[in-house]
Amino acid sequence: MLRSMLFLPGNTPGIIINGEILGADAVILDLEDAVAPTEKDSARVLSRNAIKYMGFGACQVIVRINGIDTPYWQKDLDAIIPVKPDFIMPPKVSCAQDVEAVDQYITALEEKCGFEKNTIKLIPLIETALGIENAFAIAASSKRIAGIFLGGEDLTADLHCKRTKEGHEIQYARCRMVCAARAAGVEVFDTPFTDVNDDEGIYTDAQYAKSLGFSGKSAISPRHVQAINEVFSPSLKDIDYAYEVMEAIRIGKSQGKGAVALRGKMIDAPIVARAQQTIDMAKALGLGREE
Amino acid sequence: MKKIIRSATAGTLESSDALVTVAPHENGVVIEVDSVVQKQFGEEIFRAVEETLRALEVKDARVSVVDRGALDCVIRARVETAVLRGEEDA
Repeated sequence: MLRSMLFLPGNTPGIIINGEILGADAVILDLEDAVAPTEKDSARVLSRNAIKYMGFGACQVIVRINGIDTPYWQKDLDAIIPVKPDFIMPPKVSCAQDVEAVDQYITALEEKCGFEKNTIKLIPLIETALGIENAFAIAASSKRIAGIFLGGEDLTADLHCKRTKEGHEIQYARCRMVCAARAAGVEVFDTPFTDVNDDEGIYTDAQYAKSLGFSGKSAISPRHVQAINEVFSPSLKDIDYAYEVMEAIRIGKSQGKGAVALRGKMIDAPIVARAQQTIDMAKALGLGREE
Repeated sequence: MKKIIRSATAGTLESSDALVTVAPHENGVVIEVDSVVQKQFGEEIFRAVEETLRALEVKDARVSVVDRGALDCVIRARVETAVLRGEEDA
């Protein structure tokens, strides 16, 4: 479960060593934008050692490598794949062929390391206009894809517009990403909210992303992690309702009823599916109750 | 075997990091450690540097470590990067 994903600069040990205690479901060790070109070598060795020797507790580990249009991405994978991160995040993915290039390279490394094929999953970062238009093809391009991730900052530069707090300029991209991901059966993650001092804004932005169907959201500051976790966790009211739905279905079936109602509303398949998702998530978070 | 042919550094003097410098040297390895936790961890840092050099097959080098409370894996990473930057084929 990836409600919150926190970016950590891959060459800054003082920040990386605290990664697992900052509350995020995953940390994203960043070898791309957070690292100067002269320090790419240093960042990949440090991030590799951090994964290999420190571990990140219950936190899942994502490594954002450099783009496939740079001379760094293969060296990044050479260093990182042997220490088996949970996910690789290739940036600026614009088409299925971009994923295929990374996928093939990882496959060869997995084989060399003796890992089972597709052990390491991919979360492509989609942050170009072309990438948004190709979102479904990207999401469905490989068995490695665990989810797709919207990058709002680069996208707005590509769209020739200003990135705002309200995010109207990325509305289409958000909706398209969610639809593409769900159609492909993978998760979908929202762009970070970049005003680290706006403690209310992060709630609003995360709630909006959740309302569109996003699975989780990234953060560039630990200050945003708690808000994201709260928003993307089911409330106790949601959990109670989900159990009520499942109980009503159970009773209905035992009585041979074809249609079941709860609180005056028909319970149909999508409601049951959502209830089951809520229960699964609550259980994963330790919020489940005895059935 | 890796041969250090130029002076090279890696890391920073920020907290939890270490600044490592490698330089060419004849007849073996010389390691100097200056750490904010010298008394408690000086020997461990020395050993981490030594082991990293051995793993990288560096036989001759002068290595200086200015440590600001870095974890073992950070020191090893900085030594490795400095070696990669200072070696023959870099």
